[in-house]
Amino acid sequence: MDIKKTFEKYIDIFEKNFSNVKQHESSSLYKIRTEAYEKFKKHGMPDHNDENYKYAGISEICSQDYEFSLDSRGAIVDLNEYFQCEIKDLDTHIALLSNGEYYSNNKPIENIGEGVIICGLNMAINKYPEIIKEYYNQNAREYDDSFSELNTMFAKDGLFIYVPENTKIDKTIQLVNLIHGFGNKNIFKRNLIIVRKNSELSLVICDHTLNNSNNFVIDVTESVVLENAKFCYHNLQKEPNKTGVINSHFVKLNKYSKFDSYILSFHGGIIRNNLFVKMIGEFAESNLFGLNLTDREQRIDNYTLIEHDVPNCSSNELYKGILDEQAKGSFMGRIIVKPNAQKTLAYQTNRNICLTPEAKMRTKPQLEIYADDVKCSHGATVGQLDETALFYLKQRGINEKEAKLMLMFAFANDILLKINIVPLRERIAELIDSRLRGEFSACEHCLMNCNSR
Amino acid sequence: MLVIKNLHAEINGKKILKGLNLEVKPGEIHAIMGPNGSGKSTLSAVLAGKEDFIVTEGEIFYQGRNLFDLNVEERAKEGIFLSFQYPVEIPGVSMINFMKTAVNEQRKYRSLPPMSSGEFLKYMREMKDLVELKSDLANRSVNEGFSGGEKKRNEIFQMAMLKPKLAILDETDSGLDIDALRIVANGVNKVKTKENSVIVITHYQRLLEYIVPDFVHILYDGKIVKSAGKELAFELEEKGYNWIKDEIGD
Repeated sequence: MDIKKTFEKYIDIFEKNFSNVKQHESSSLYKIRTEAYEKFKKHGMPDHNDENYKYAGISEICSQDYEFSLDSRGAIVDLNEYFQCEIKDLDTHIALLSNGEYYSNNKPIENIGEGVIICGLNMAINKYPEIIKEYYNQNAREYDDSFSELNTMFAKDGLFIYVPENTKIDKTIQLVNLIHGFGNKNIFKRNLIIVRKNSELSLVICDHTLNNSNNFVIDVTESVVLENAKFCYHNLQKEPNKTGVINSHFVKLNKYSKFDSYILSFHGGIIRNNLFVKMIGEFAESNLFGLNLTDREQRIDNYTLIEHDVPNCSSNELYKGILDEQAKGSFMGRIIVKPNAQKTLAYQTNRNICLTPEAKMRTKPQLEIYADDVKCSHGATVGQLDETALFYLKQRGINEKEAKLMLMFAFANDILLKINIVPLRERIAELIDSRLRGEFSACEHCLMNCNSR
Repeated sequence: MLVIKNLHAEINGKKILKGLNLEVKPGEIHAIMGPNGSGKSTLSAVLAGKEDFIVTEGEIFYQGRNLFDLNVEERAKEGIFLSFQYPVEIPGVSMINFMKTAVNEQRKYRSLPPMSSGEFLKYMREMKDLVELKSDLANRSVNEGFSGGEKKRNEIFQMAMLKPKLAILDETDSGLDIDALRIVANGVNKVKTKENSVIVITHYQRLLEYIVPDFVHILYDGKIVKSAGKELAFELEEKGYNWIKDEIGD
């Protein structure tokens, strides 16, 4: 397989299986999917000539064929039994996705607030068509992103959260993406999150792959944060070595809203994260954090686009990466400050450590500022561990290996300290520590033990 | 304890030490004085094992062993401690984690069990009091945001924690006001026993009023050109380094 054949395959599947309105849940979804198909057909699959996906390893992902499943696959085993939460002491409401589908045996999440809806997207399409009509694919369609178009063409399910006005959800919602079963799977997931006026939501997304296959996952999450609402989003990525992930998050921020994003990539095959934040209401605030820990042949790319459309908003971005062995990574941070977006505050920092000469990191800040009364800054570094600090630690009797670990952990600590949920922060600290020690295994708490098979 | 014979060392091809000889016996305090660029800090860096410095000639024996057979951390575990002239700031590494790791690694090397958290905190509190260090230190990152005086006091605190056999104080007095100087010197004296030795590297006689040396050596152009008792420091303070230059006919 290659990029061209993969593209043709998707076009073919769509034309054969999605061209009739009866093959869709509703006529509005038929319209949405067909529009995405037409755009995708025009844009094609991005390759290395595409500036935005230049270093994302798309050709590598497309070198394999993935099993595309049209029907609901279901889960043969009781996933609640198999899944054990890695984040101890974190009291959450758990929702499982089984190969991209909202798991039918999920324990219902109820009594967390009047009018709060947490269910599968597929169910929401049927039960709440008016909400879907208002929000579904509204954020994503504003961007010409091929992978999001591809997701829109095929995605049927995922997580749906609707928080009505004046509702604070105290417990964190935890979404666990389980991938299981044999064969290399092509998985499309679609999440839609709506946090209405004066409400608060915290979400943790964990990936948990139970099979030993090479999967290709294309995710889209759309989030709308309305006036004076708060949304805190955490994504813990731990993918097996050969899995390809394209994960796009589209966020729209209204007046006085606040959005915090943490993308923590502990282990990847090839991971590409797109984060599109559009600030459309004054005094909105966004804080975007990212941490990549990679080794071997892993590759993690982060692309962020923050648009300051209106005055008085602030955005703060801090991404860090530690790359070992032959790992590769890139960071592209675009910030656009529109002409009338005066009094904008926009800060961006990207810092990276390459532990070996073979590890490669590319970083590219792109600030486009069209307003004149703003405070914006950016900084990017790619370096090695501080030799003088290393000598200082060793002079006190600390072994080189341990001293390096301390410095690496300290480097990651900046991001860790920004995590406000204490049990989550503590668990992530442990994960970082074991990851840096090389003890990390994606399957360490999994009962399937597929690594040992 | 320490025997240095005909030591030659260079950095980036520049010769700094040019045949240095020194012997330090257990329990002794040696002061090394000398003008800028004479090689004082190079000597401390070579003893600690900093790799930028290349030893081209000579030998160093520490407790009867060839020092060059030991790497930086082994030297530290064998009891060599360097109080840095410029202590390094390490953001994100807390003092408590740093010291706990160091103490327990050294204990492991001596086949001692690691200290429990309770024992460690108690020990740390005692040593902190010894050097009159503020109590919020444990929660701060190593040297981060410390004032010049706090950094030097922190060095002596670490020395108290690790109880080295041979402590090298590299210009520990620089940048200290008179009160801080006294606190630092008191700390050194309290940690000092009959068995362990100290090398004090300094420009000024000031510190030596508090840490009284058995021997004073003058390092000039990479060699020790004069050695005597503590009175040499006073003489040097009075007459300046030009006196030495004249004395050796340079």
